Amino acid sequence: MAVEHTSLMKTSGKSTGKLTGKSTGLSNKWRQIKKYRNLYWMLLPTLIYFFIFHYIPFAGISIAFKDFQPFIGIADSPWVGFKHFNMIYHSEDFYQLLVNTLLISGYRLIFGFPVPIIFALLLNEVRKQSVKKTVQTITYFPHFLSWIVYGGLILSFISPAGIINEILKGFGIPAIDFVTGPDYFRSILVITGILKDFGWGAIIYLAALSSIDPQLYEAATVDGSGRWKKMIHVTLPALLPTVFLMLIIQIGYILDAGFEQIFVMSNPTVYGVSDIFDTYVYRIGIEQANFSEATAIGLFKGVVGFILIVSANRIIKRSGEPTLW
Amino acid sequence: MVEQKNRFADFIIYSILAFACVATILPILHVFNLSLTSASEVHKSNLLLWPKEITFQAYKYLFSTNALVKSFYITAFITIVGTLLNLILTIAGAYALSKPELPGYKGFMVYIVIPMMFNAGMIPSYLLIKNMGLLNSLWALILTGAVSAFNLILMRNFIMGLPGSLEEAAKIDGCSEWTVLFRILIPISKPAIATIGLFYGVYHWNEFFLGVLYLSDSSKWPLQVLLRTIVFDNNMSNVAALNTLSTAGQAVEPANIQAASIIFAALPVLVVYPFLQRYFVKGMVLGAVKG
Repeated sequence: MAVEHTSLMKTSGKSTGKLTGKSTGLSNKWRQIKKYRNLYWMLLPTLIYFFIFHYIPFAGISIAFKDFQPFIGIADSPWVGFKHFNMIYHSEDFYQLLVNTLLISGYRLIFGFPVPIIFALLLNEVRKQSVKKTVQTITYFPHFLSWIVYGGLILSFISPAGIINEILKGFGIPAIDFVTGPDYFRSILVITGILKDFGWGAIIYLAALSSIDPQLYEAATVDGSGRWKKMIHVTLPALLPTVFLMLIIQIGYILDAGFEQIFVMSNPTVYGVSDIFDTYVYRIGIEQANFSEATAIGLFKGVVGFILIVSANRIIKRSGEPTLW
Repeated sequence: MVEQKNRFADFIIYSILAFACVATILPILHVFNLSLTSASEVHKSNLLLWPKEITFQAYKYLFSTNALVKSFYITAFITIVGTLLNLILTIAGAYALSKPELPGYKGFMVYIVIPMMFNAGMIPSYLLIKNMGLLNSLWALILTGAVSAFNLILMRNFIMGLPGSLEEAAKIDGCSEWTVLFRILIPISKPAIATIGLFYGVYHWNEFFLGVLYLSDSSKWPLQVLLRTIVFDNNMSNVAALNTLSTAGQAVEPANIQAASIIFAALPVLVVYPFLQRYFVKGMVLGAVKG
């Protein structure tokens, strides 16, 4: 997710929004629109799509402030103001959700964020192109598997009959059930999350590394710098803007916390440590049909997420990097 | 001395990279072998990295149930129809949005970017699909993802980076935008279209949450959704359900079945992976063409 966003950043914001001059009349404007009518037809299906599937649901947010009853419909359900928000605010579930979300995202940042950077730096040190290519081909692969497939692979791998436990047994450690019970679950999430995407995540850094001027390295060699010094004084500084950019983007999406993975891998015995906003919304909203309360929680997450993303964008813009919009 | 230090550094670097590769391959290899292991071997305590004897029992069983094959066709349908629709809307929309002189251009861009920053959330979307009567319809999965704002902007950036001279020449010859789109733009954008098509295709193939959300009728489940119940349902009641569907009637170990169905779902991705890798990496820099 985060990686995907940066590739957009290079070009957007380049809109030379030259609209028709103010002095031109209405008829002139109409002529303009007529002139572009084919383009409008091309754009129309996309506009309709966004209207139906992204803008109409905005009206549905109103049920967060209503006691929604499915048989009466959204419009006729009675307004209740902030009742659901009050309920959420005073419930213990909410704090657990917030803590879980922040902890899981925090761990991902602390332990997961540096891994693709280190991996890219290591790959960059490999001179043999064939080795580099092979390593890339292997490590990119899990990125293309769904969390159902990858989660299934992992679950089998770490199950009491799986390889990890076999190895532990070799050291005389009794089998551990990693996925039942809350003890190991967050660590499993973070580690498997890293394992699935560290290779793919390195692409953006490799791209940044490949754009470093080779003359800088040559100059460093002339100055008598070794490999390590070159990495510290040439490679790392060149990488820093990208690192900063990715960090800000990841912080912008902190409330998502890797929903799909958690949705797939969690089970009732770990909800206490694994439940994040989206999984909770699904459970109480879809499974238990508490539509209003679920929408209220979803709205809270959406608003905070919006603020985070917009702020992240502001920071990136201020630092002089090209932004998404 | 320096030479020795260098060689030691290389040793460390290669070791770490080798470890990374092993860590990536091992879980896949484990499940692959598990899927080929005979039921009686599964519970024997030995490292299941290589099966003692290869058996296709689990796969035979899976294909005898029909459920998995049927869900494979459902996913194939969604992937093909969905990707086609994606490409039509994305290419046409991106072409229109590659013209900043289009009256209303800025408004359209804002209109498309807003949902990227703030969406209404799961429940309002669910209620919309419900009110449209699309619950338990495959079209719910196809239509809700008809255009991705991300891919739309990616494609637009690519088109903006193309030289405009061809288009101008065609316009002078009196060609309409439609002719330009079909005769010029699509032919010269083939690599970009392939990349975006693969983005969409992989999305449809791997998508499961929309299926979980909108399809309660298990006869309409795509592969990933079926796989979820086979692999993650704790009490295995659904494997029992699969069992009753089986015509083979032999006892099969759940762990075998789970492994075989995981491999079955991963196989198509593995087959197209060489293309995926090439085009996806290209796609990562696609947006930056006009930097």
